[in-house]
Amino acid sequence: MTFINLLWVLLLGSLLGLELIGKVPPTLHTPLMSGANAISGITMLAALTCIVKAEGNVPLLIIGSVSLGFALFNVVGGFFVTDRMLAMFSRKPSNKK
Amino acid sequence: MTLPEIIQFVIDLLAVLLLALGIKGLSKVKSARDANRLAAFAMSLSVVGLLSYYLGTSGITIQSWIWIIIGSIIGSLFGAILAKKVPMTSMPETVALFNGCGGMSSLLVALGVAIFPISSSSLINQVSISVSIFVGAITFTGSIVAMAKLQGWLSTPGWTQSKFRHFVNIVFAVSSLIAFFDLINGNTSSIWLLVIVSSLLGIGVTLPIGGADMPVVISLLNSYSGIAAAAAGFVVNSQLLIIAGAMVGAAGLILTQVMCKGMNRSLVSVLFGGSLSAQSTASSGSGEYTNITSCSVEECALTLEAANKVIIVPGYGLAVAQAQHTLREVTKKLEQNGIEVIYAIHPVAGRMPGHMNVLLAEADVPYEQLKEMDVVNPDFPATDVVLVLGANDVVNPQAKNDSSSPLYGMPVLDVQEARTVFVIKRGMSAGYSGIKNDLFDLPNTSMVFGDAKKVLNDLIGELKDLGVGEK
Repeated sequence: MTFINLLWVLLLGSLLGLELIGKVPPTLHTPLMSGANAISGITMLAALTCIVKAEGNVPLLIIGSVSLGFALFNVVGGFFVTDRMLAMFSRKPSNKK
Repeated sequence: MTLPEIIQFVIDLLAVLLLALGIKGLSKVKSARDANRLAAFAMSLSVVGLLSYYLGTSGITIQSWIWIIIGSIIGSLFGAILAKKVPMTSMPETVALFNGCGGMSSLLVALGVAIFPISSSSLINQVSISVSIFVGAITFTGSIVAMAKLQGWLSTPGWTQSKFRHFVNIVFAVSSLIAFFDLINGNTSSIWLLVIVSSLLGIGVTLPIGGADMPVVISLLNSYSGIAAAAAGFVVNSQLLIIAGAMVGAAGLILTQVMCKGMNRSLVSVLFGGSLSAQSTASSGSGEYTNITSCSVEECALTLEAANKVIIVPGYGLAVAQAQHTLREVTKKLEQNGIEVIYAIHPVAGRMPGHMNVLLAEADVPYEQLKEMDVVNPDFPATDVVLVLGANDVVNPQAKNDSSSPLYGMPVLDVQEARTVFVIKRGMSAGYSGIKNDLFDLPNTSMVFGDAKKVLNDLIGELKDLGVGEK
């Protein structure tokens, strides 16, 4: 994959993001933000790559592992917390006693 | 293309598709919860894709597996625990913390690859690493400062409101630029300079911003974490990272824009203009109150009982007092009496985008009752009672009437159009902006002094005595 191709990917990805979200109702501002936040933890793939390619280099293994930890903290926490919020939104008041 | 490459390509393609559908779904109330799960599934799919590729090619050593498992278990465990335990009222700082950790992750990956190159290093590789370190460090320190401010661990130091801070930040920015080019030139030792000065820049830019500008900063930092992920994608040559990072970056930018619009301020003025109070000290915006009417909870209850239509205007003060459940009890009583209750939500009420919506949802308020500013503003003249709870600048009529006010031009809720306005407030202290609120001086406004939660609790008692909400 050449650098230029990656730049194209970046450009199209940004446009896709802008197009997908468009107008968001205010109710969803926080969940959208924390959901997107969880997705930004996709850097876990970069951390995994580091660990796999470390070839026994212990410092790199450690850096990769810590990085993976941070990324997964972001991903797991982000998705759970978003789900908790969205569960409150979908709760129907009539379902309560 | 070999078989493992094809498999990974197909899985990645599917993951991108599902992520895109997930983000799209997150912008609609009905589909949001499923969309969030879909995105989570797409993320796990992408991990499967990556691991299967390495298993099919170079293989993964036992040693690597051990470090992968250690990192994943610790990170996921802490993330899950925090997500389950954290109260809804501290959502802004939680989002900021998660955000910072995403930034830290890309910073570490770039550092690791810079010190121990995993592929032949080229100029482009060096540029990607530098960008990743720069954005990652700013995201991390910026988010941590934002979190500390939201938690109340950190206040805004006085010097950060002076012009001096621009000088400091320019020094940091120029030094990081120097370190950046030095690193690209192959001088790897300047990597530490880059880490340090970009971290300091993150602190220097976020520290002066506070209060009502917080939603802008939070959503901007969210956008940065996406950019950091995309930069890390360039470092390890992954299209998936770049696409996902770019989509998050775009989402953050849209929210940032919405927040700026809600305050009628440009992004530049939020980031570099300092707080409103610094600008308002000399203007005519400040002044003495001349016509304050204060009233008891009992009077407030009597007026509410006689009303047909009540609008609640919540603000950050409601979150601080954690009074959302008590508020819900009050409105339930009113609704049982056939009184129409709606909630008017200003776009920048609270400390993060959508803060009030989350808070009220926690207290079981159906989201149909939450009305956006533009929708609710024409309703105020036909409204009997407005209850302002912990909101201040967003209900200041100066923004419409007084062209010399620093708030002038900011879209506000026209609460003064209603027949009676009750403002529940601890005391006469000014709002975040430090600007006098003309609303408090109007003849149809009454102040009910006290802690929001306590006042609402008293209000429940008074309404009970009046027989409101009891069939």
